[in-house]
Amino acid sequence: MNDLGLFVPGSSPVHRLPAGVKLGALVALGVASILLEGVVAIVVGLIVLLGLFALAGFTPLLAWRQVKPLRWILLFIAVFQGWARGWEAAVDIVGVIVLLVLAASLVTLTTRTSALVDVIVVVLRPLRFLGVKPERVGLLIALGIRAVPIAVGFSAEVRDAQRARGLGPSPRAYAAPLIVKSLRHADAVGEALVARGIE
Amino acid sequence: MPVVELTGVSHQFGEASARRTVLADVNVRFSESRVGVLGANGSGKSTFARLLNGLIIPTQGDVTVDELSTARHGREIRRRVGFCFTDPDAQIVMPTVGEDVAFSLRSSDLSKEQVAERVAQVLGQFGLADLADRPSHLLSGGQKQLLALAAVLVSEPNLVVMDEPTTLLDMRNSRMIGDYVSGLETQVVLVTHHLELLDSFDRVLVFDEARLVCDDTPAAAIEHYRRLMG
Repeated sequence: MNDLGLFVPGSSPVHRLPAGVKLGALVALGVASILLEGVVAIVVGLIVLLGLFALAGFTPLLAWRQVKPLRWILLFIAVFQGWARGWEAAVDIVGVIVLLVLAASLVTLTTRTSALVDVIVVVLRPLRFLGVKPERVGLLIALGIRAVPIAVGFSAEVRDAQRARGLGPSPRAYAAPLIVKSLRHADAVGEALVARGIE
Repeated sequence: MPVVELTGVSHQFGEASARRTVLADVNVRFSESRVGVLGANGSGKSTFARLLNGLIIPTQGDVTVDELSTARHGREIRRRVGFCFTDPDAQIVMPTVGEDVAFSLRSSDLSKEQVAERVAQVLGQFGLADLADRPSHLLSGGQKQLLALAAVLVSEPNLVVMDEPTTLLDMRNSRMIGDYVSGLETQVVLVTHHLELLDSFDRVLVFDEARLVCDDTPAAAIEHYRRLMG
């Protein structure tokens, strides 16, 4: 089951929408989210997004798996906002975050990374005069997406190694090898990019 | 086949106070289709491999491929010389199989349709056609190494350098990679510890303690390597 939001091939109407339209809609939703208030608006948004997930051929379980990794952060935000600003504000903020995460996941689940990168390169082209290199930004985004499953794999390896040595949970014993592995991997990727002609 | 030549090549790593020589006074010239490289860990063979496509520029001497110096013509050299790493995860840049192979053609003059056609052709050649849309992190080790090789070969280099591509693989996958390598028309330099992969090679170089100590037929070079390993 894909819980990393990576592309799932398909021929649904959502898959067939151009990447630029989907990214544009996502940006529009992000801007409009400032105006989203109240349980009704949040629930309607959720129903629409789950409907789009269904239209794309995805189950509600897959939608849940996109939000699940954030559940503890969302709980913390909800409790803090509920304490600081009241429960209505907590519902608004948590609801909007869930909507945006679902919408972004729907875009990445139904769009090839290369198509997203192409759109980003086109959008950033006018910024060349400021020194922005659109192809470089696109490559960075692609590398970022590609790095997610690798980082998850490193994390699992480090945890397994800790368990195999009979060690209990220790943030330092977890973070240090994870950072070292990630930096080594970054070095290796850099070398491979040069080998593949990226200077 | 391309002519590769190393003249008086030495390479050192590290600061002046703790400089370590990883390759010392290597002189070799080859144009054979299949060249194997053997050596213990730390013997200098991976440095030798990286010199061939300009990933490392030697601190002394010159490396040329078809008379182009790797120090002065890095971009052109990397277009002509493909490189496969031990760990394919470091080499696979894009999230799906087809996208990663297409990535190698991003700066070519081909149209989108031509790129798609070329990618499909290469994926078919490596038995990966059905996996074009598969996330690359879900492939097996053997499939990832095949993908890395496909992504190198799609840009049609004249020479492919492979640095221990089978080290992380089981025997079946190693044999599979070996079979694909032996079927390639491109010139190949293969660094490996799997001696059986070199049986059909034209020439094998053996490195020991930063020096090229043997340059011979596979049988003679493997015998030399066995004696070195005790």
